[in-house]
Amino acid sequence: MTDQTQQTATVTQPRPRTRSSGGILGLTKKDFGLLVLVAILTIFAPVILNPFPAGSAMAQFNAGYPDLMQRFVIFGIFAIGFNILFGLTGYLSFGHAAFLGVGSYAGIWSMKLLTLNVIPAILVSVIVAGLFSLIVGFISLRRSGIYFSILTLAFAMMSYALAYSVLTPITGGETGLQLRASDPRIFGGELMPGMTPRATLFGMQMQDSTDLRFGAWTFTLNTGYYIAGIVLLVAFYLSIRIFRSPFGMMLRAVKSNQNRLNYTGLSPKPYTLAAFVISGMYAGLAGGLLVAMDTQVGAERMFWTASGEVVLMTILGGAGTLIGPILGAGFIKYFENIVSTINKSTLESWFAFMPDGLQDAFVAVIYPFVGKGWHLTLGLLFMLVVIFLPGGLVQGGSKLATVFRRDRKGGGVEDDAAAQRQAREE
Amino acid sequence: MTKTNFTRRGALKTGAATGAGLALPTIFTGAAWSEAHTGFTNAPQGSTVTLGFNVPQSGPYADEGADELRAFQLAVEHLNGDGDGGMLQTFSSQALDGTGIMGKRVEFVTGDTQTKSDAARASARSMIEKDGAIMVSGGSSSGVAVAVQALCQEAGVIFMAGLTHSNDTTGKDKKANGFRHFFNSYMSGAALAPILAAQYGTDRKAYHLTADYNWGYTTEEAIRSSTEAMGWETVNTVLTPLTQTDFSSYIAPVLQSDADVLVLNHYGGNMVNSLTNAVQFGLRQREVGGKQFEIVVPLYSELMARGAGENIAGILGSQNWDWKLENQLGDRYSGTNAFVQSFGQKYGFPPSQAAHTCYVQTLLYADAVTRAGSFNPCAVVEALEGFEFDGLGNGPTLYRADDHQCFKDVVVVRGKENPENEFDLVEIVEVTPVDQVTYPPDHPQFAGGSLGECNTGA
Repeated sequence: MTDQTQQTATVTQPRPRTRSSGGILGLTKKDFGLLVLVAILTIFAPVILNPFPAGSAMAQFNAGYPDLMQRFVIFGIFAIGFNILFGLTGYLSFGHAAFLGVGSYAGIWSMKLLTLNVIPAILVSVIVAGLFSLIVGFISLRRSGIYFSILTLAFAMMSYALAYSVLTPITGGETGLQLRASDPRIFGGELMPGMTPRATLFGMQMQDSTDLRFGAWTFTLNTGYYIAGIVLLVAFYLSIRIFRSPFGMMLRAVKSNQNRLNYTGLSPKPYTLAAFVISGMYAGLAGGLLVAMDTQVGAERMFWTASGEVVLMTILGGAGTLIGPILGAGFIKYFENIVSTINKSTLESWFAFMPDGLQDAFVAVIYPFVGKGWHLTLGLLFMLVVIFLPGGLVQGGSKLATVFRRDRKGGGVEDDAAAQRQAREE
Repeated sequence: MTKTNFTRRGALKTGAATGAGLALPTIFTGAAWSEAHTGFTNAPQGSTVTLGFNVPQSGPYADEGADELRAFQLAVEHLNGDGDGGMLQTFSSQALDGTGIMGKRVEFVTGDTQTKSDAARASARSMIEKDGAIMVSGGSSSGVAVAVQALCQEAGVIFMAGLTHSNDTTGKDKKANGFRHFFNSYMSGAALAPILAAQYGTDRKAYHLTADYNWGYTTEEAIRSSTEAMGWETVNTVLTPLTQTDFSSYIAPVLQSDADVLVLNHYGGNMVNSLTNAVQFGLRQREVGGKQFEIVVPLYSELMARGAGENIAGILGSQNWDWKLENQLGDRYSGTNAFVQSFGQKYGFPPSQAAHTCYVQTLLYADAVTRAGSFNPCAVVEALEGFEFDGLGNGPTLYRADDHQCFKDVVVVRGKENPENEFDLVEIVEVTPVDQVTYPPDHPQFAGGSLGECNTGA
């Protein structure tokens, strides 16, 4: 990529502020603030997500238990990676779950054959998913728009079908793959027959937790969660750097007008392929983390609904924004795991204070939207977001912020105008 | 490609930030607040105990899931002393007295498996980690059962499998903390073979259509080996994709072959569609070499029969239990009527076999805890292993210690020619006694697994 690289450098030279300002970790003040915000949220998630005392009726809405927190973080990584492709280049991949699944299978085989340590497992996941996305990307990126989406979807469904049946010896088919005491691990010593193999990081087990109790509140600090959290921060940091780099600029150029890019003599292909592989590797990383936290993988992980889910996460949070995909991932996983567990008897206990007829009426109205109806509620919210906040939750957040900061500054539109005026004056 | 400007200030800032970031997690590793030692995962505190019912509420098996949930609710009601007590009166072990489990009132949480192993594990983990469930039950497919069973083994809680028919659940994927009351593919084959021989003769040529996944493979293997043992010949076996909805292209070659029996190793929507296609192709009217062509469905379910409608008329299959057992075959199957009555009273229709197995599993767990005098998973495992019981609808039953599989009679049924209502679609042909469906624990179809040690999670 020799002459194109030089081109890139010249293209972006007029906007050097991201790197030469010498900010912390090479980030601007604003981006660093965002990173710190994500770091604080990640570190204190066990407390933030458990706002209700353990025994209370509202404890139903607590999300601060290890499994869900791990999922928030892991699917956050998945969505960040997806956003690098979709948010920057505008290429809508409808088969990203395939890379997640391939990463998971690779990770579990690493734990079966190499060692129970999660670091090699995650590395293997990333590499295998990267190679797989290179193949898929090389073929799919020959087309753009809807044809690209269909091609990626086809690849993902093919992978799913293969994993579910034809490749059963490798993937375990319907029952999936799990660790066994009898797996032939090269490193890490023999397990006694009957012992349960567990994923570790230098002796720390992923499911080890410490409970903090403050009065009625219980906060669970889980080893696996914090390991995944550190990976999230690294992944988020990398994504900021990619967004702010000349390479990220090129990807945006692909999105805004590919023809114009072609006319300037640049081939967009290497850039889109690189973005595709990077986001595939992010998906592989998420897949590897999934098996590291919960040592099991099933083929459903690659089903097209899983691919659709990450698209929803990204759009719901705000495609093309840095923090949006993480918010979207958290939002959807919360609905899937919390709202789906509200059953009829829970509802009845909430409205128990009402007279019988009224209670039944309330339960009858709300019941279709919770429990197994969580898809319905999520669908409605998604519609509302797309109609009223096309920029996703991030846009909602900035709208809210505008309301509170009205005295200091105008809205985003005026910001832009001010910046343009300033530029003219210079 | 990138030009980097290292400045002293930048380097210092970066170093400080990295250092702070690395140091943060160590605050937590030193945390000295440890939880009160209880000896095992989710030891019940206070006056209640929480059970987790993890059933498919969406996806292809949502109907089964809904029926399972009804049964669970009924079981909890009976355990807590509400309602008419159901099978508590007929159960041979009289340890349960309607005061909850060991005096603790039974509460439950529910979750949606979506018939996906990932979602099922997420839901089960939330029950264990968030709601403090001491036992997880339910599920309506073997993939889910195997995944959740392994999770419960790791977490140190008991798993009482719901509807799972694959050999693997108590075969190569068996776990010390997991128990299965439902029958399996091998038992289906062993139960069907003698009846197939009696009905259709020992000189038959079978053609298998098999759903292309684990359960399909084990079922095909089981039916093949038991029918071949009595003289049948297997002409061909064809795998069909799980997502197939139109089986015409798979049925047409059957007409070209000289097969005179079609075995459909399908379940759920697959079975409804393949059977409907087979009937449309006129296979039921077909004659091959002077013999009437026959169709066999190894695993029958009432809910599937309802989906297939009149096409199931005259088709043989096996079931774990049927709600008419006690009425038609007498006292050996006591408990059946007690359960059907209380289920019917509460919901207005008879229960399916999925509902039955889930109800029974809940009672068996509660009984084991009471007999062991402890919620400790290892004590429960010990109480269930080798436990012989009766009065739960299946006749005398054994929970075998070697693989945590229940051994009991298997019901062979046939689709009714003229069903009176939508709940009475099958008639009981015969019951294959337990001796004929028992196999040694090291049978090749179940090889490759080990129970391991029971895990208390502490």
